[in-house]
Amino acid sequence: MTVFSLSKALNEGMRKAMEDDSKVLIMGEDVGKLGGVFRVTDGLQKDFGEDRVIDTPLAESGIVGTAIGLALRGYRPVCEIQFDGFVFPAADQIITQLAKMPMRSLGAIRLPVVVRIPCGGGIGAVEHHSESPEAYFTHTAGLRVVACSNPADAYTMIQQAIRSDDPVIFFEPKRRYWEKADVDTTSTDWWTPLDKGNVVRPGTDATLIAYGPMVKTCLEAATAAEDDGRSLEVIDLRSLNPLDAPLVMDSARRTGRVVVVHEAPVNSGFGAELAARITEQCFYSLESPVLRVGGFSTPYPPSKLEEHYLPDLDRVLDAVDRAFGY
Amino acid sequence: MTVDASRGAEAPPELVQLLTPEGERVEHPDYDIDLGPEEVRSLYRDLVLVRRIDLEAVALQRQGELGIWASLLGQEAAQIGSGRALTDADMAFPTYREHGVAWCRDVDPVKLLGLFRGVNHGGWDPREHNFHLYTIVIGSQTLHAVGYAMGIQRDDATAAAIAYFGDGATSQGDVNESFIWASVFNAPIVFFCQNNQWAISEPLEKQTRIPLYRRASGFGFPGIRVDGNDVFACLAVTRQALKNAREGQGPTLIEAFTYRMGAHTTTDDPTRYRVASELEAWKLKDPIERVKSYLFKNELADQEFFDSVEAEADRLGADLRRRCLAMPDPGPLDIFDHVYTGPHPLIDEERAQFATYLEGFER
Repeated sequence: MTVFSLSKALNEGMRKAMEDDSKVLIMGEDVGKLGGVFRVTDGLQKDFGEDRVIDTPLAESGIVGTAIGLALRGYRPVCEIQFDGFVFPAADQIITQLAKMPMRSLGAIRLPVVVRIPCGGGIGAVEHHSESPEAYFTHTAGLRVVACSNPADAYTMIQQAIRSDDPVIFFEPKRRYWEKADVDTTSTDWWTPLDKGNVVRPGTDATLIAYGPMVKTCLEAATAAEDDGRSLEVIDLRSLNPLDAPLVMDSARRTGRVVVVHEAPVNSGFGAELAARITEQCFYSLESPVLRVGGFSTPYPPSKLEEHYLPDLDRVLDAVDRAFGY
Repeated sequence: MTVDASRGAEAPPELVQLLTPEGERVEHPDYDIDLGPEEVRSLYRDLVLVRRIDLEAVALQRQGELGIWASLLGQEAAQIGSGRALTDADMAFPTYREHGVAWCRDVDPVKLLGLFRGVNHGGWDPREHNFHLYTIVIGSQTLHAVGYAMGIQRDDATAAAIAYFGDGATSQGDVNESFIWASVFNAPIVFFCQNNQWAISEPLEKQTRIPLYRRASGFGFPGIRVDGNDVFACLAVTRQALKNAREGQGPTLIEAFTYRMGAHTTTDDPTRYRVASELEAWKLKDPIERVKSYLFKNELADQEFFDSVEAEADRLGADLRRRCLAMPDPGPLDIFDHVYTGPHPLIDEERAQFATYLEGFER
């Protein structure tokens, strides 16, 4: 066992992937000498050289567009988008090219490109540095969309994403970058497949579904709920597309109450898709409607207000209370 | 506000030309080319055959067999000249109008028709021809080409990429980003801009206040304007630019000065926005006629040769019509194919549900 921060776990995962496959490249803004603004690529350029860890010009469409070209030549680029709110200049390349080119080619083309996006709020940042844009990408066929929540998953999921022959949008919970945990780097036996979720805390009375930064919040909420005599199950989805539907539906049927938690606005958020599908598939098992806790239908607020905007333990428990009120 | 679009364009741009519209061979100090009679006849054949493919496709659209077609009429020399400059190892990234380049890369023309018939979004394997799929969003492919060129660098291979785009695309962010990338990474790429004077209805003045080839200097690499209706000049200039790229000298922007003699696509009506006299003027610079004149004047081909090319074009056209109509329609469940490289639970579920739904009509 080695203790890694989430950031270091990603770093070690990428290092492993680069050692295993000489076609793996890192590219992005400030990923070289600086090691990225969150130091996720720290030391990689020193060890793998400027041809494999590429400091790019400051243009996100260029990063993803040239990564596609490199993938067409047989490379496996891992792009870093510096902050969530900066991904939109690359949205055209992601949505119209990266996601669709394999189908356009009738399967002749594979685009093993990973787009890493530090996401979410909670670090007191200025505008455009705290967003949760996952629903834009889960809506786009052809992409895999995943989110890690802890160092162990960060270490394994980044390696699995790099190995994927499908393009992967890889969300990293930036406020959890510094959180540490034991990671077993000696064996792969414990790895969860990239497209599967995990029950990270079993329970019987209600299910909390989260991913990325909200998993920890939900675990804390479940611990607090114990005091009220409620046993909450917590699911870390890990993969949003594809969704591990059997895991979700099984839990929903067992507990009968589901609360989905994400930082992104509730309106048209990924929770809406979950609520609809759970309702369709588990209607007769549900004791209450699927409830959603998330950001408001507003732009992300100034950081002095973000603690009100972001779902926290109390807002999650409030939703649990409401679920029990039906 | 009226802007003088000629401001900044005061220096009359030099146009590399090796064959005049009258079919006279002229010299250029930097770009000469030595073509034997057989090579010239071969270029002539290419030009005639791709024009015929185009003509057949327009006719097929008019007959309702294609949903739409983007004609290359007038741009044959730019495409054949640049396309024939490529080696097998070079990689081309087209727009949706590069039927002539596709011809040079041995892509079966009926596969181009498949896209416009709605059978698929792109029916050839790009690796088989080193000719990428048609890209419809304007300018996106220039970044793919630069990324591919960066891969060539990393492979230490002797090859170059060529990115095709039009005058309208030069306003796109992606094209400008691709210029920056190519420049700072010294990527082995040729940017081949076919300036056909019109971006659907918008004339060149809506895109630029300086000649397009001069944009390159701001990005730090050479730009050159070539007579896009002169197949010799397009071949010579592209060949040199590709050689420079392969030898590590970085990118070149080639502006092939040409004219879209037809509509933007078969859904367009150019009479709404441009005057007929403009087309008439450009007809005098036709890319095929000047090669024919050159061959005649220099007695490099006889009537029998021209007749044989016409006959070949007739056969090609007939074959294309037949095979276009014979192209099978895709099945409804093909919708779900190739979205991902392997099984995907939601796609698989929807495919199964839709199959069951369709079966309901058969009972």
